[in-house]
Amino acid sequence: MSTVLWPWAAGALRRAVGAAALAALAAFILGPLLTLLLWAFAGTWLFPSLWPEFSLRWWAFVLGNADVGKAIRMSFLSAPTATLISAVVCVPAAYAFARLEFPGRRALLLSFLSANAFPKIGLYVSIATLLYRLNLMDTFVGVVLIQLVNTLLFMIWIPTGTFRGINRNLEEAARDAGAGPLRTFFQITLPIALPGIIVAALFAFIAAFDEAQGTLIVGTPNHMTMPVLMYSLVLGYPQPVGAVFSILLSLPSLVLLLLAQRYLRAGYLAAGYSL
Amino acid sequence: MARLDLVGLTKRFGTLAAVHDLTLEVREGELMCLLGPSGCGKTTTLRMIGGFETPDAGDIRIDGRSVTALPPERRPTAMVFQRYNLWPHMTVEGNVAFGLRVRRLQRARIEAKVRDALAMVGLRDVGGKYPHQLSGGQQQRVAVARALVLEPQLLLLDEPFSNLDARLRVRMREEVKQLQRSVGITTVFVTHDQEEALTIADRIAIMREGLLEQVDTPQRLYDHPRTLFVADFIGTMNVLPARADRREGALAVGPWRLPLSGAAWPEGAEASVAVRPEDLVIDPAGAAARVRRVVNLGHYLQVLAEVPGAGEVRLFTDKQRTVAEGAEIGVRIVRALVFGAGEPVEIVPPAGRSAPAAAGGDAR
Repeated sequence: MSTVLWPWAAGALRRAVGAAALAALAAFILGPLLTLLLWAFAGTWLFPSLWPEFSLRWWAFVLGNADVGKAIRMSFLSAPTATLISAVVCVPAAYAFARLEFPGRRALLLSFLSANAFPKIGLYVSIATLLYRLNLMDTFVGVVLIQLVNTLLFMIWIPTGTFRGINRNLEEAARDAGAGPLRTFFQITLPIALPGIIVAALFAFIAAFDEAQGTLIVGTPNHMTMPVLMYSLVLGYPQPVGAVFSILLSLPSLVLLLLAQRYLRAGYLAAGYSL
Repeated sequence: MARLDLVGLTKRFGTLAAVHDLTLEVREGELMCLLGPSGCGKTTTLRMIGGFETPDAGDIRIDGRSVTALPPERRPTAMVFQRYNLWPHMTVEGNVAFGLRVRRLQRARIEAKVRDALAMVGLRDVGGKYPHQLSGGQQQRVAVARALVLEPQLLLLDEPFSNLDARLRVRMREEVKQLQRSVGITTVFVTHDQEEALTIADRIAIMREGLLEQVDTPQRLYDHPRTLFVADFIGTMNVLPARADRREGALAVGPWRLPLSGAAWPEGAEASVAVRPEDLVIDPAGAAARVRRVVNLGHYLQVLAEVPGAGEVRLFTDKQRTVAEGAEIGVRIVRALVFGAGEPVEIVPPAGRSAPAAAGGDAR
């Protein structure tokens, strides 16, 4: 057989094709973000100019807006609260899912998916009905409750997988060394599971932070979070305002995801999504 | 030093009895091996001693005091597991010190004890390292140190070396044996490796399907197995079918005739005869056999020979003798164990008589 010289097997060409593919992918992902950045720092950008006139005035406008300040405060209060509450409730539950055999275990574990399995708007409306009866509409508690709906899935599933990945021998060795069940959990199991729990908490925080639909229903008019405010800003102001606010909104997620990278190991997420 | 008594211990998983009515005494300072094929209940037994499984029936007593109702943290036992022994988020020192911290010892005393324990297992310099920075052998040594630092009355080892390579395994079991002797701690060691059990144990308890087959010293197990299972499980054994022949007053094992002692052997009764390879000798006066294969095992030869009527037998011979594959040899039984209806019977045929009558004569 004669040797066929595949053109794309040749080193230089292959590298060039690879680089082009990478550039295309980068353009696809980063392109919209770049546009966003441009818009955020554009004073005016009107047809037919190809380049905007640079300005920070929309930043001053957004940051100087009283509603924006209030929404930022609201977001940074409600999302961590929801994350914390879901951690306190879910981590022990996840441990039970991972370690104990009880009737209905599988069904219960699956039920946490159900909130994400259907269009949420229906769920939010029925929750809103309930909150209305309980006089929790337009309150901080109501907003936290509605945000919890989105955090539960992450805080149950990921820690359950993490706990299940911890060998029982490690816990038994601690019991053997004289530690009771509680000390074993807090000094052995929890520290070993911590990376997984941190990852779960980051996802939960982002889910709570980005929640807009439910918060819009439950929190208006006085308890608006940043994503909710986004709607009215995009609709009611010039385009750069929306761009500035988008950047503000994505900063926390970005910072947290960069932090999460340190803890993200291939196994954790995969382990989370197994029954 | 403590003494351990297991009394009528039973553990069922579902309908399956993992351990059934096990009664065993482990004497003070003794190293007892629980030996058996996988699924025989040895690990379940160990876990019941450690408190990780609750027996369905029976009692566990340490120095006569029942510990059956106590959780693991309140038992004077320390366990070394097969795998995943060390806590990955703690340093070696942290691992060894954990139990001492639980006991609220003074910091200085903890430090001294941890240092001594690590020195004892030959790991003076790894205290600040994390488990994943250690080799498998080092990790198991740390696990042993962590167990011994608590000065338990009973050391439990659950196949602690089965994940190590063969050479290291041999070295580690020597070390553990030495350590166990010098500390004088009563130890229960679980293994499925009979060689490991034979080299390390003071006594061995052989288990099979949840039942205790025999408890004895390695030597006695080898020489006087009480059941065919033990005979076959410990060391190498030729197991041959036999039949009682009352007219000849002998047990017919292929071409061999073993004298029947006074025991009641009904005509035609069947039995199994177990013969160690070293109890088969090459002797021109013995039964005719054809050499199938010769394996050189260094200081001796292992010969596989086909004996008409008895099948293939395995025998050992020194290297002075040249045995060629395909050659005709005579094979004589020096000592045999007969497993019939009752207790096993040991038969040592008089030299030269085990061969068929035709071969007769005095062969030394």
